[in-house]
Parts: sequence; C-alpha cells; structure tokens
Amino acid sequence: MAISSQAMAYNFPDERGHFGPHGGIFVAETLMRPLAELREAYEVFLKDPEFLAELDADLQHYVGRPSPLYFAERLTRHYGGARIYLKREDLNHTGAHKVNNTVGQILLAQRLGKRRIIAETGAGQHGVATATVAARMGLECVIYMGAEDIQRQAINVYRMKLLGAEVVSVESGSRTLKDALNEALRDWVTNVDNTFYIIGTVAGPHPYPAMVRDLQAVIGRETREQILAAEKRLPDALVACVGGGSNAIGLFYPFIGDSKVAMYGVEAAGEGISTHHHAASLCAGKIGVLHGQRSYLLEDENGQVIETHSISAGLDYPGVGPEHAWLKDSGRARYVAVTDDEALEGFYTLTRKEGILPALESSHALAYAGKLAKKLGSEQVVVVNLSGRGDKDVHTIATREGISI
Amino acid sequence: MSRLGLMFERLRNEQRAALISYITAGDPRPAATVELMRIMVEAGADALELGVPFSDPMADGPVIQRASERALVHGVGIGDVLKMVAEFRKQQTDVPVILMGYLNPVEVMGYRIFAQRAADAGVDGVITVDMPPEEATELRAALNAHGVDSIYLLAPTTVPERVRMICDRASGFVYYVSLRGVTGAGHIDLSEVEGHVREIKQQCKLPVGVGFGIDSPQVAAEMARFADAIIVGSAVVRRIEQAEGDLQQIRGSLTEFISSLREAVEKKPQVVAATP
Repeated sequence: MAISSQAMAYNFPDERGHFGPHGGIFVAETLMRPLAELREAYEVFLKDPEFLAELDADLQHYVGRPSPLYFAERLTRHYGGARIYLKREDLNHTGAHKVNNTVGQILLAQRLGKRRIIAETGAGQHGVATATVAARMGLECVIYMGAEDIQRQAINVYRMKLLGAEVVSVESGSRTLKDALNEALRDWVTNVDNTFYIIGTVAGPHPYPAMVRDLQAVIGRETREQILAAEKRLPDALVACVGGGSNAIGLFYPFIGDSKVAMYGVEAAGEGISTHHHAASLCAGKIGVLHGQRSYLLEDENGQVIETHSISAGLDYPGVGPEHAWLKDSGRARYVAVTDDEALEGFYTLTRKEGILPALESSHALAYAGKLAKKLGSEQVVVVNLSGRGDKDVHTIATREGISI
Repeated sequence: MSRLGLMFERLRNEQRAALISYITAGDPRPAATVELMRIMVEAGADALELGVPFSDPMADGPVIQRASERALVHGVGIGDVLKMVAEFRKQQTDVPVILMGYLNPVEVMGYRIFAQRAADAGVDGVITVDMPPEEATELRAALNAHGVDSIYLLAPTTVPERVRMICDRASGFVYYVSLRGVTGAGHIDLSEVEGHVREIKQQCKLPVGVGFGIDSPQVAAEMARFADAIIVGSAVVRRIEQAEGDLQQIRGSLTEFISSLREAVEKKPQVVAATP
C-alpha cells in the first residue's frame, strides 16, 4: 500500500516541481521557506513506515477504504456499449474523494507542530473534508470560500460550521474559488509560523501537486486491483472529471505506465466552449501562471484571469493542475468537455438507472463515459471515477427544475 | 550607470535613504496616472513604483487590491502601463521607475518583447512578486540584455543562504518585506526589521529597500535610519481611494503626504547607540 512504490518510467515532477514546462514554484518570497519545510517533511514521511501505517489505518477505519468498484449493469445496458464500472468515492466519509487528501495532510500538519489549519473551498467538499479532520485532531480551522459559492452551497457551509470551522466569506474579485485561494494565500503569508495550508487539489506551488496526487493515488491503486479481480484485465479507458484535477490524477496515476489504458479528463463546458461561459482550461485555455504554478489557464490578452462558469461549483475554476497540462501536452491523456445540460442528463441517468445520486462534478464524467461507452464494444471496459455524491447539489437541481425546497 | 545606480550614488553622498512611492497604474483612472507620477516627484519622491493591475493580486492587502480593481474597470493592461511610463519619460528623464506586479501579464506578453518594450518606455527595474529568482533565469536574462534591473524580494522568513543567492542574482537593489503579511498590513516590528536589514547588508552589496506596512512619516523616519530606500505603497493608495475620484483632492493629499515622508527621510540620523 506504500504510496511511494510506483514502479514506472514516468518520473515527474523534477525536484523543483516541474512537469515539463508546467508546475514549479511561483509564490511570494515569504512562502518559500514554509514550502521548503513542507517538501522536506513530505519526503521524509513518504518513506516513514510508521507514518504510512497511520495513514493506511485512517484510510481504512475513518474514511472507509477501500471504496467499491461497482459494475453498473443497468447503466451499461442503457448506453449499449462498453461495460461501465464506477469507482465509488462517493461512499467515503464526507461523501467525496477529497478526504483521502485531507487525512494525509493533517498528519503532516501534526508532525510539523502546526496548530492552525486553513483551506480554500469551492463546492465546499474540500472545506468539509478539511474541517472534518481538523475537528478530529482538535486543531483550529479556517476555511476561505467565495461569497458566490457560499450562497450556492449553503448546506456545506453549515456542515463546516457544525464541525467547528470558521468559514470566511471572500468578497474580492469574482467571489469564487480562485478568490478563496488568493485569500488563503494571504492568510498563509500572514500566519506562516503557526499555520498549515491544506490545498484541496493537485494545483498550487510544489510540492502540493505531487503530494496531493500521491495521497489521491489510492483511488487508482485500488481500482487496478479491483478490475483485475473482476475482469482479469486492465480497463480500456478511465474517465474522470477535471476541475483542479485531483480525483482524475488519483485514478490515472497508477495507470500512466499502462499505455493501452486510455485516459479521459472531462472539463466543464458550461453553456458551451464557444460562449465563454465555461471552465475548460485544458480544452480552451492558454499557458499562464496563477496560484503558484504554471499550467493552462483561462485568461485574456492582458494576462488577466477570466471568470468561469459551471453548474458545478467544484469545477468552476480557471486553472488546472500542472500534471494534467503535462499529460495533455505529452498526449498520454485526452481532455474533453461536456456542457451543463449534458452533465445534468448524466446526473438523471445514473439516478434513475442505478439509484445513485452523483455529484454534479462527477456527472460530467458520467456524461462523457456514456458517449464513450456507446462507441466501444460490449467486451470493452470503462471505469468512471464517481468522485462524490450528489446530496449537496439537490438544491441546485431543484432550482433548475423550478422547484423550491 | 543606470538611473537606479545614479540615484543611490547621489543619496549615499547626501547620506539619506531614497523615498520610493507606489501607485497602481490606472487608479483612479488611466488618464490621471502620468500626472500623479509627476506630482509625487515634485513632492519629493526619489523614485516611483508603478503597480501593474492584476485580477488576482495574492500578495496585496485590501487597499491595493481595490486599486487594482479600479484600474481593471478601465481595462488597464501591461501594454497601457508601459505607454504611461513612456509618456512620463517625455518630461522626466532622471527619476527611476520600477514596475511592480505579478508574473502572468509578463508571461503572456512574452519575456523578450516585454523586456524590449520596458526598456524602450524607460522602465528601470521590474519586480514580479510571485516569481522567485529560481524560476526567473530567462526573464532575468531578457531584462539584463536591455539594461533593466531585476529586483527581488527578501522576507523575514528568508534564510541566510537564500539571502546570498538572491543578492547574487538581483540588480538595482533588493526589497526587504518588513513583515509577515500582505501589502499595507499594520503590524510592523521596527527592531526586528532593523536586525534583519543589518544582517542582510552584511551579505549583500546591493542597496536594501524596505517596504510593506510603512504608513506614516514617523515609521518612515525610523526605517530611513538603517535602510537605503523606503517604499510606501498602501498609505499612498489609500489617499487616492479616499478622494473618491476627485483629482483636485488627490493632488493636494499626495503632495502633502509625500512631502512629509520626504522630510522624514531627510532627518539626519539621530545618534543612536550602535546595537551590539
């Protein structure tokens, strides 16, 4: 189970955090030292059997791993093509894959002696996952969330408060996830001595993209074992939604060396990529620098970051993790985008066919998996990362249906 | 010798610190910027720092964030900022101008084009807050080829080996961030800053400027005892904001404030017992 035991030729990032031209460390000087400390600590604990054993125990007993790999028989029949399996990250404690990362980072925070935890959140899933582990460890917790998102995700805001976290409403800029990240960075720079910043996705300055990937790679490692047990072979394709990209990297990473396994990252096309109301940075962005990293970015001709749109708050982010940028450039993974409407159809289909309410983020992956499965033969196998459950989105969907609850 | 080099040489002879004042280009509106630059010089600023508006100013406090937002309402981009500097240079050829901003606008323009255009406009130095020197090799080379200085930040958290590395790569001067926090924060610890700056000066041949959190002539005077330059940003921008777009009021309050800062840095150092 050791997270360091990846046997493959793929060896990114380099020691300063580069994935080809992407990644790196682009932060104000004040943060260089805490990032160096974090990097050193991470490298030590990654090889520390005691740390890894504690992490494994938490993943098993607190998170509820391994999560099932479920053969979706009626969904498969509905699309009439490849056999569709769902990796059930929605069944984790707190209802999404986010907690795989926070249980790991909080152990690092503890070992570094930091008593105060901060995090940014968009849909609120990472905020809840952070507030959860902070409560469990008895640490102070401050969550930054865009004022816009606070309105969209009222239930998650209340969950975080119940867990004892302070939720700070961010009123600057576009008042969404990117602005919450800015504000969390400002907090970190101010309280750098006692504060640990738990970034929720595979983005930000090195070592975050690599560290969060390694913590999420448990998804792909389990999937590999489970699909080999179920099908006696590797899957033909993996499908996952991409906002920052943590659930997708978690699924993809252990398969990167298996060139016959196709990988599809699904971005949010919002109202359509041609409308500019979308969040598809890999499909429609250019290379830029934001939030500590170089990667694809939605930006204008002056280098200002563009406001994004997606029905799903968790995908509503103008950047993307640098490893995805590299997987795109190298051709190892393909990135596609589905619209709000297609994602909703994916949501309804899974709900009705399998009795599972997926998160709107995961519904993007489901929508694309449906299209893909139709094109493949019935002997082929597709694994979809069902990264979160949809309870948090019930309100959004009801509103769209014109129902007030 | 560069304008920055000449300025520091002159001020060494005068035995005083440089006063560098900051505004965000395009705040409160683009047409006012060049005039405000001139007013600051007339009131006593030795050099100017011009902020390049950015949508995500992660290292800035609320005052400069709002200045950026006011400028962005008018769509002010890095190309416009360079035009403002060129306009300023038509009448003012001696006062150094430094651009301060974030990397992405420079990245999008392209390092070489940016360096060429900055030099043509009369820019003397560039600070990109979110680009540590390790990542800056190419940009530094491009700027260097056009005689534009790369000014880097040092922070209270910068360890001594990094101070040396950064001083080796910087030119013009180095910029010591006087506190843990964003621009305009209000918890400066004078004796801690003095200790750090004196340590840095032992390792660094370049002049050392101090900024972040200097909000009054009193603090400026204290800092000027040991720093080679003091940089005042948020306190200037706050005066622009308070005038709510009334240029007449901005002229008056900037003139008054900058003059008082200049007076503060000109105070002869009091005889202070050398700290052991």
